[in-house]
Amino acid sequence: MVAPNDNNKRGILASLDWFTIIIYIALLGMGWMSVCGATYDFGQAGNFFDLGTRSGMQIMWIGTSFILAALVLSIDERFYDSFAYVLYAAFMLLLLATPFLAHDIKGSMSWIKIGKFSIQPAEFAKFATALCVAKYMGSNDFNISKWWHFALACFLVVLPMGLIILQKETGSALVYTAFFLMLYREGMPGSVLFAGVSAIIYFVVGVRLADAHLWHIHYISLGQFLVLLMIFLFTVGLMYVYTKQREHVWRVFIYGFALTLTALLFSKFVIPFDVTWVLLIVCIGLIVYLIVLAVQQRSMRYALISLFAIGSLTLHYSADFALNNILQPHQQTRIRVLLGIEEDPKGVGYNVIQAKIAIGSGGLRGKGFLNGTQTKLKYVPEQETDFIFCTVGEEEGFLGSAIVLLLFLALILRLIHLAERQSYASARIYGYCVMSVFLFHLFINVGMVLGLTPVIGIPLPFFSYGGSSLWGFTLLLFIFLRMDAGRNRFVH
Amino acid sequence: MGNDVQYGNRKYILGAIAIGIVVVYLLRLFTLQLMSEDFKRNADSNAFLKRIQYPARGAMRDRTGKLLVYNQPAYDVMVVMSELNDLDTLDLCESLGITQEIFDRRMEEIKDRNRNPGYSSYTQQIFMNQLSAEEFSTFQEKLFRFPGFYIQKRSIRQYTYPNAAHILGDVGEVGPADIESDDYYQSGDYIGKLGVERSYERQLRGEKGVEILLRDAKGRIKGNYQNGKFDRAPIPGKNLTLSIDLELQQLGERLMRGKLGSIVAIEPSTGEVLCMVSSPTYDPRIMVGRQRGRNNRMLTADPMKPLLNRAIMGQYPPGSTFKTSQALTFLEEGIITPQTTYPCSGGFRFGRLKVGCHGHASPIPLIPTIATSCNGYFCWGLYYMFGNRKKYASVQEAMTTWKDYMVSMGFGYPLGIDLPGEKRGLIPNADFYDKHLGKSWSALSIISIAIGQGEVNLTPLQIANLGATIANRGYYIIPHVVKEVQGESIDTIYREKHYTKVSRHNYETVVAGMRQAVVGGTCRSANNGWYEVCGKTGTAQNRGHDHSVFMGFAPKDDPKIAVAVYVENGGWGATYGVPFGALIMEKFINGKLSPSSEAKAEAFANRTINYGSTER
Repeated sequence: MVAPNDNNKRGILASLDWFTIIIYIALLGMGWMSVCGATYDFGQAGNFFDLGTRSGMQIMWIGTSFILAALVLSIDERFYDSFAYVLYAAFMLLLLATPFLAHDIKGSMSWIKIGKFSIQPAEFAKFATALCVAKYMGSNDFNISKWWHFALACFLVVLPMGLIILQKETGSALVYTAFFLMLYREGMPGSVLFAGVSAIIYFVVGVRLADAHLWHIHYISLGQFLVLLMIFLFTVGLMYVYTKQREHVWRVFIYGFALTLTALLFSKFVIPFDVTWVLLIVCIGLIVYLIVLAVQQRSMRYALISLFAIGSLTLHYSADFALNNILQPHQQTRIRVLLGIEEDPKGVGYNVIQAKIAIGSGGLRGKGFLNGTQTKLKYVPEQETDFIFCTVGEEEGFLGSAIVLLLFLALILRLIHLAERQSYASARIYGYCVMSVFLFHLFINVGMVLGLTPVIGIPLPFFSYGGSSLWGFTLLLFIFLRMDAGRNRFVH
Repeated sequence: MGNDVQYGNRKYILGAIAIGIVVVYLLRLFTLQLMSEDFKRNADSNAFLKRIQYPARGAMRDRTGKLLVYNQPAYDVMVVMSELNDLDTLDLCESLGITQEIFDRRMEEIKDRNRNPGYSSYTQQIFMNQLSAEEFSTFQEKLFRFPGFYIQKRSIRQYTYPNAAHILGDVGEVGPADIESDDYYQSGDYIGKLGVERSYERQLRGEKGVEILLRDAKGRIKGNYQNGKFDRAPIPGKNLTLSIDLELQQLGERLMRGKLGSIVAIEPSTGEVLCMVSSPTYDPRIMVGRQRGRNNRMLTADPMKPLLNRAIMGQYPPGSTFKTSQALTFLEEGIITPQTTYPCSGGFRFGRLKVGCHGHASPIPLIPTIATSCNGYFCWGLYYMFGNRKKYASVQEAMTTWKDYMVSMGFGYPLGIDLPGEKRGLIPNADFYDKHLGKSWSALSIISIAIGQGEVNLTPLQIANLGATIANRGYYIIPHVVKEVQGESIDTIYREKHYTKVSRHNYETVVAGMRQAVVGGTCRSANNGWYEVCGKTGTAQNRGHDHSVFMGFAPKDDPKIAVAVYVENGGWGATYGVPFGALIMEKFINGKLSPSSEAKAEAFANRTINYGSTER
């Protein structure tokens, strides 16, 4: 296991994954065009390279990112492993200090001013966290099935999350939940991921659709109905996956389904009544049935599934209750704004409607570079940062947007491939962290522009205007590429 | 290790998740961009024109329902640069009554992105704002000759009364910093600049509406997009009811004419501010419309600083009114009892140190001490507290205890009133003196804080709040000037009781002292036959002539009003402070002034204090 000393530049360049780098450059190019489009104004005697404009500044950020990438590649990859804990500690301290050093930008305390520029430490903490988690989980005595090992790994992820929430940057904090995808790959039980995702879905659906009504009957909350239906279906689904006794699954499914359907039809066509009560009774019946099975067969699995169902119901009702009864009105508003139900300050769903109009007007081929009308003139707020994908949709049309999405998909799949070919667990884990972060950003950012996910203000990698996020993503990616380039060095 | 083998197939699941997300998004894009009606309708690259509709800003009333602030229509001349052609500049300038130079300069300003960050040649930009109704009607007739020029109806603020300028505040054009920090604003919008207009900006402004119009390639308007399905009507701002009593405010402003200082009155049971006078003041009506800029500059340049709200920004030595807080602290800490007496023969003497006092019987217990405002007593109290090594390990620890009492009474930090710019005053702590006097200091070095001199500074609001706390026998509610927001409850912080560190029975002792001051002490002129007044004078020394201070409340057992009066360089507390406080209480409790009080008020209103030209 002796590293060859003649590890010169040429060797690194030859073993670099150029496929990823080409995607990176392509995305940066398209991203820059979008920033031009989003900030350009008709009739502007425009020089896109003028540092007084955002497009000019973005060129500078891109240029410095290349330098940063070259720097990252020129450092021995063992450096990142050796200093992982130090880097992590340093960044946690920085995150802790940030709210005290920061100046308030739109209510967020996450920007530190250095001279003329502001940097956002939260964007850089991602790679440090990934390195630290990778080092810890990649060590030989780490065993994910020991709960304290797992708990410590989770803690390493949750710590920066908490610190970023203190900076009132909930969006950036949520990005860290992406690390659970990596944990899943490394052996975290799938049911943990499933339970977590279910909890989020219950909460978001329940709260977002709480005021929508089934068949416009004011006392049937669509959100309640859907959440209860999901609890029922998820529980039955778990039974299907984790037990071998299919006859029980079919029995509860058919009874529950039939009862719900009857209630729905009755309520719709005969006498309107609140069908959510029927669904609640179905869920409680299911829980009782599961408990009976658990006791009869002394089966841990049934017990756990019933626990899932009970937990789901409790979470749903307590979240609803906490939101409506315990919290003050202004606190409720804050949560609703966070979930994108209330889009402060311009009213419910304003951004999303504007975004949809802009994208919809793009058509197949788009209006052409700089010819978009909707993404200019400040119709779409944050059009060069969080809502940058609107400009792609409007100016490049369906074809351009599809290319962007497919490039991101190619990047993500390539990262999975690269991660899997690492000979060291820590490199593989780091690769999965990188992939998870990109996937999460893509999922949330594009989803919110398309009106499919809640409005959570996080940037689209390589597209959104801003130096901190671009540098952060570049660091994240190129450290992994450096690890990958050296993957064969230690193998005989 | 072994994870790579054991869970290796999970890479397919993760890959599938990524593919699934992208496929769903592609389908969504497909429906949005290729299947929707918009695609067909916008095939010729039709554009939307979004016309902002401005909401009416909320009105303000006083606590009795008198309308204080409302809106008046005004008209802005707007220009769309890309639509200008063959403009007869001369004709336009004549119609608007401006010169060619002004026209050229204004056009340059509009195009300058540094000054107008939201500039676009395709949207309406403000060319000239706030035409009066007459100017508007003459210009409108000629408007058709100037393509690219439009009229936008706006409303401007109007004030019914020339009073309460510091509380109401004003609105002005939004600056670049506000545009940067809040997406709501665009260049040319109005935003609250001072006072309630600023602190309740979010409630007052309402929400802008938008009308989405379709425009063809030649710029002609083709009607509302999807029959107005996406239009939003503006939501008017919320009306506010202030806790201010306009008549009380007017009386206060009248009394303070020709004097510098402040009068603050609070309803103790609710923390509602009944009046808040800062003198000199100005007529809020001059801060409206196109003359705002000029008048604002004029007021800013005035050496008497009329724009400064002295009630919350002026930081003054509280003088003897502060003795009440000392009495409370000494009682609660067990340094004195109501029966304790200290000698005072013309003041506090210790070695070469001397704090003077005026002639009164000696020694006397606490209640008459408050009534006669004896300096010696409180200096001895502080001396024994800070020197008590049984109770406090060091003078620093005693100081910290003392400071905690002061902070619990609302001193040393902003109280949190719903007006911008509140100052915190100054309550020194042990570190402060360690730094300035070295480690070896004692009560003697700082003895003057016991009588509200030295380093101690309070705002008039904090003095009034001290009065309210004593009236409540031990708690206060954060003072606030907005009583109700239409359709909303006021913030819960304006309903919570803040208890001080002193218990109720000790407050009763101080109340008795303040009552004694009115019956037979320094505040005798405030005594009347209608209700029981409690008060405390202050005569605060400073570089110039003493400041005249009063703090009090009434009626004693069911307090309806607490008042603080601060007249800069007004001399004895009894000269201005006591009579002003008494008049304010009478006006509020009786609803009017008796004829003799009215005559007294008029006489005071005509008295001026000569401040020279350099001071303050």
